[in-house]
Amino acid sequence: METAYNFKEVMSRPERLAPGHRMCAGCGGAVTVRNVLRALNPEDKAVVGNATGCLEVSTFMYPYTAYQDSYIHNAFENAGATLSGVETAYRVLKKKGKLTDDYKFITFGGDGGTYDIGFQSLSGAMERGHDMVYVCYDNGAYMNTGTQRSSATPQFADTTTTPAGKVSDGKVQIRKDLAAIMAEHHIPYVAQTTFTNNFKDLHTKAKKAIYTPGAAFLNVMSPCPRGWGYDPSDLMTICRLAVDTCYWPLFEIIDGKWVLSYEPKNKLPIEEFLRMQKRFKHLFKPGKENLIAQFQAEVDRRWDELKKKCE
Amino acid sequence: MKSTDINERSPWQDITEGNQIYEPATSRNFCTGEWRTSTPVFIEEKCKQCLLCAPVCPDSSIPVCEGKRGEFDYDHCKGCGICAKVCPFGAIEMKEGK
Amino acid sequence: MAIRERLSGNEAVAYAIKQINPDVMPAFPITPSTEIPQYVANYIANGEIDTEFIHVESEHSAMSAAIGACAAGARTVTATSSCGMALMWEELYVAASDRLPVVLALVNRALTGPININADHSDSMGARDAGWIQIYAESNQEVYDNFLQAYPIAEHKDVHLPVMICQDGFITSHGVENIMLVEDDKAKAFVGEYCPEHYLLNAKEPMAVGPYAVSNYYMETKRAQRQAMLNAKRVILDVAKKYEEMTGRKYGFFEEYRMEDAEYAVVIIGSAAGTCKAAVDHIRETTGKKVGLVKIRVFRPFPEEELAKVLKNLKAAAVLDRSEMFSATSGPLGAEVRAALYSAKAEIELVNYFYGLGGRDITVGDFEKIFDNLEEIAQTHEIRDMYAYIGLREGDCHGNSL
Repeated sequence: METAYNFKEVMSRPERLAPGHRMCAGCGGAVTVRNVLRALNPEDKAVVGNATGCLEVSTFMYPYTAYQDSYIHNAFENAGATLSGVETAYRVLKKKGKLTDDYKFITFGGDGGTYDIGFQSLSGAMERGHDMVYVCYDNGAYMNTGTQRSSATPQFADTTTTPAGKVSDGKVQIRKDLAAIMAEHHIPYVAQTTFTNNFKDLHTKAKKAIYTPGAAFLNVMSPCPRGWGYDPSDLMTICRLAVDTCYWPLFEIIDGKWVLSYEPKNKLPIEEFLRMQKRFKHLFKPGKENLIAQFQAEVDRRWDELKKKCE
Repeated sequence: MKSTDINERSPWQDITEGNQIYEPATSRNFCTGEWRTSTPVFIEEKCKQCLLCAPVCPDSSIPVCEGKRGEFDYDHCKGCGICAKVCPFGAIEMKEGK
Repeated sequence: MAIRERLSGNEAVAYAIKQINPDVMPAFPITPSTEIPQYVANYIANGEIDTEFIHVESEHSAMSAAIGACAAGARTVTATSSCGMALMWEELYVAASDRLPVVLALVNRALTGPININADHSDSMGARDAGWIQIYAESNQEVYDNFLQAYPIAEHKDVHLPVMICQDGFITSHGVENIMLVEDDKAKAFVGEYCPEHYLLNAKEPMAVGPYAVSNYYMETKRAQRQAMLNAKRVILDVAKKYEEMTGRKYGFFEEYRMEDAEYAVVIIGSAAGTCKAAVDHIRETTGKKVGLVKIRVFRPFPEEELAKVLKNLKAAAVLDRSEMFSATSGPLGAEVRAALYSAKAEIELVNYFYGLGGRDITVGDFEKIFDNLEEIAQTHEIRDMYAYIGLREGDCHGNSL
């Protein structure tokens, strides 16, 4: 499984997320889906699941499916349970000799469908150990309904339900650490990733997640230009800053062992990541320096904690 | 019933049972290229075929065949400009309009 | 030779599941249906069937996983009651609109508010608009027979709809009765193999399920669902006929009990029909009055015309509902029957009663009072209340309990 990453070969594989879907121009979620599905061996079949969200309403708007593979959307809060059913059907039909082909099972949910409303369904699916991958395309808010806060929204973000105002600095709470919660399910593979220059990190982790027997969870930061308020063309810059400020560390948890995938030589100050985004604009007003310091302290605390786990 | 035979004037008898679709990738029949307000232009002579533009395209509109990228799929490219920003060689330029 | 047994309603359903050996059963325990997944888990643990059980963490996930499994091409079953069904709510609609032939063993129990574990029909009646076929039983025998007929109805190519097989909590589910079981090989042959035409795991053809359908498609989709429900009427009768050929036990949309010459009738669903039959027999024997009973078996699709034909020439009828819907007129069965009779331009007097909510008893004496009341209404043509309660304690004389 640990073969070297052949970027050109991977890019030459047939496309599994077809164009013609209605995701916004510059959408990070679509980039996640394309590149996760690309980690499937081209000869392998798959069933793709999906929680309700931007991705679902944009990639299967009747009669247009963007998927090369079989696909099922059920509802917002049950992508985990739905794919559990598909995967179980696969096992039993194989056992009964009604099916000969090999299938992989991958389901996508946004942070709303994963961290929040679908949390229980996800937890159940992971605990039962279905041979499937749950991929969270985490854009840090309920983007499909117009940028309401989620438990994945970073502190101080200006969202439509935590607006920054005269007496409000945006979201009050800090983010939930979902990758750690998934690791505590003691499943064989958990990883956190995002987009890095040639996508080696995402590809390698997606491949491990897909081809590790049992339940696997991938958390992929998938920037949303509309919700975050940055120029769509800056996707890769914003991802680099998220990683180099250690806002979004890259790591994996393999059979319970925490492994850091990348440590920036120069850990950048969090302002660099925040400044690019309109949702944090209010933090740069005079007198709000303490909020940035508070944000920085939380990033530092989590980064130190992560490094300890990975020692 | 093929997906291409289903449209907004189809009577209820022609809607597939349970809105199921039995074909792959029918979204190719929907042209999102119409959405574009600026357009990437591929300058082939500057391209070193590093392919860094390929994975960043949200719209699968930079076809790659046997390790080489081809012309943009303008039927579907939405003109987000991510590819132009990541190209280290200036081989993609954004121009105004469709 | 059929097998003579003594089983509870839950055991009878579990036994039918064993005979069918479905592919997947996702289920979550809830009183009084808990025994069904327990029995099935035991069959699996002892190698008697090779069904895969999914130990879901809620009923919502039970129905979600059932939808996934069924779409993938597996014959799928689940069981629940009351709040369990309420938690499945959204998913009931998805199963129906995706046109997936999931079968649900429902053991009817009152919905919470306040919490109560006993029989009433508020769970399934609340779900009557979800697009599921609903078949009710009076006895253990009936729920067993209905269960064996469920898949042939659900999976029929002109139907492709989910089916719920309902029985009354505790009264039927836990009461042990004599029952005739079909031999295993005959039961298996009757239900047949599940061979869907389209399914997710079909290597020859990828399939996409569960789209976002804009206004241009949603209404057409619902109309197509209605057609499946209409087609189900014919299929339900065809399947019942085949079942009768195998077992000698006859089923239709409803059972008519001593209706040949009846002038007064009760229309009811479920186990209380047994009590009503005793009342009908007693009244006929002691007074000679022409009373009868119509026991609804199939509530969805609702047999509107067929029922109106049976009722329209009576002098008066009482419709008994075992669930509230807080409307101005009646409960859900009352509303359906009233609509059926209006369409048939019938001039029959009709009155509605609520009974048995949260497991309240109804007795032979209660039914005798109902028939007395019908006789009075037929003579006076005066209906004091659109609806009344049976067995309700009233604080003063202004109440409308019977």
